[in-house]
Amino acid sequence: MSGVRVLVGTKKGAFIITSDEKREKWEISEPLFAGWEMYHLKGSPIDTDRIFASQTSGWFGQIIQRSDDGGKTWNTPGGEKLPEPAGPPSGVSNKFVYDTSEETGKPLSTHQWYDGTQHPWEFSRVWHLEPSPTDLDTVYAGVEDAALFRSTDGGKSWHELAGLRGHESGPSWMPGAGGMCLHTILLDPNDPNRIYIAISAAGAFRSDDAGKTWRPINKGLSSNYIPDPSAEVGHCVHNMAMHPSNPKTLFMQKHWDVMRTDDGGDNWTEVSGNLPTDFGFPIAVHAHEPDTIYVVPIKSDSEHFPIDGKLQVYRSRSGGNEWEALTNGLPQSDCYVNILRDAMAVDTLDSCGIYFGTTGGEVYCSPDSGDTWTAIANNLPKVLSVEVQTLK
Amino acid sequence: MIRVTIPAHLRTLARVEGELEFELDPPVTQDVLLTAIEDRYPMLKGTIRDHVTKKRRPFIRFFACEEDLSHESLDAPLPQKVVNGEEPYMVVGGIAGG
Repeated sequence: MSGVRVLVGTKKGAFIITSDEKREKWEISEPLFAGWEMYHLKGSPIDTDRIFASQTSGWFGQIIQRSDDGGKTWNTPGGEKLPEPAGPPSGVSNKFVYDTSEETGKPLSTHQWYDGTQHPWEFSRVWHLEPSPTDLDTVYAGVEDAALFRSTDGGKSWHELAGLRGHESGPSWMPGAGGMCLHTILLDPNDPNRIYIAISAAGAFRSDDAGKTWRPINKGLSSNYIPDPSAEVGHCVHNMAMHPSNPKTLFMQKHWDVMRTDDGGDNWTEVSGNLPTDFGFPIAVHAHEPDTIYVVPIKSDSEHFPIDGKLQVYRSRSGGNEWEALTNGLPQSDCYVNILRDAMAVDTLDSCGIYFGTTGGEVYCSPDSGDTWTAIANNLPKVLSVEVQTLK
Repeated sequence: MIRVTIPAHLRTLARVEGELEFELDPPVTQDVLLTAIEDRYPMLKGTIRDHVTKKRRPFIRFFACEEDLSHESLDAPLPQKVVNGEEPYMVVGGIAGG
């Protein structure tokens, strides 16, 4: 039977929420990794039983977990079998070390700090995990301080794609309010050499050689919080999304502005149109309609909640500019939550489901492309990320 | 037998309960003991101290015999009461926040 598995990362653990294809009745798991910050969980497009998870803590640092049975059991990948009674293999999966070797080009040691001085690059956590669509054991990790790592052994060992951090603009990258994080990784399904990433607050970058070299792709972005609003780098990109059938078209939710490119990022145009505010964090594309996109407008960069306490998802069926509010089933008074950048996802069932989680601990689902919404979880810890696996 | 306590989250990660126990040849230093912990429980590498620099993570503390050993040299011998098992060596997650 088909169904969905919703992977929810929260401030205090992860939850797996499941339903059949009707998406009417939901079961919520016990907390996984209780007490840890779960920045992101994502399943492999090749095998839905394989799920990677980023588990972090201010005390104990970064852990990478992997499940090979759809989230029933988890291990830190790659270890030897532990002495009894501890049991199954569990190894070292958290060694994220910046590449400073001569061979990889121009690895940097510093970036710009808030006060304008240069600051050493320091690893703190994995924000986003992106499993490969073509190889089960390949997975990418976007980290803070901003860099891209890749594992080709199922998450056991990680190697930096140092050409990104080594880009000549690296010393000018600055942290956003949430840290200097690489939060978006889009892999072109038609071209294994093409990778898009986004960094707060540097902007979007593209590689056409599988991650060896990178170029900024921010032409058309305008940000009045940097000295040159149209600078090549320095933009606070919040999230990007792509439909797999049309990988040259990207949609972007920037700090302010919703943007679109149809040439792989070479040129961007604003498509905020009639949105009540174009500040926000996540952006998502409908599974079957490449020009249908979703955002959640947030009042402003200092007031991170919906306008007038009304939680509204906005949908455009024209790839931007013309937007409609989706409110059926969402709270329309006294709602002051935020929706973080990785906390929105879509399933691929015939009637596309849209999902998002809030900083107030709710997870909402619309099984009909956004027309109606239901809370499928209430009172979870602050939701950091939402991903959906479609089970067929 | 050297006894070691670690925070609950790390016990969960290492899939152990209660104290850890180690038989180590003298001289036993903090570095020798921490290395023994990481060798037996590789998933704890990076959670107590940095993979490369071996520096203690900022919110981790090392206590023993009612003393804070966090700032002691990693190469200094451990207190005799820890070495002979009278007192545990405690890896502690420091209290932070309000």
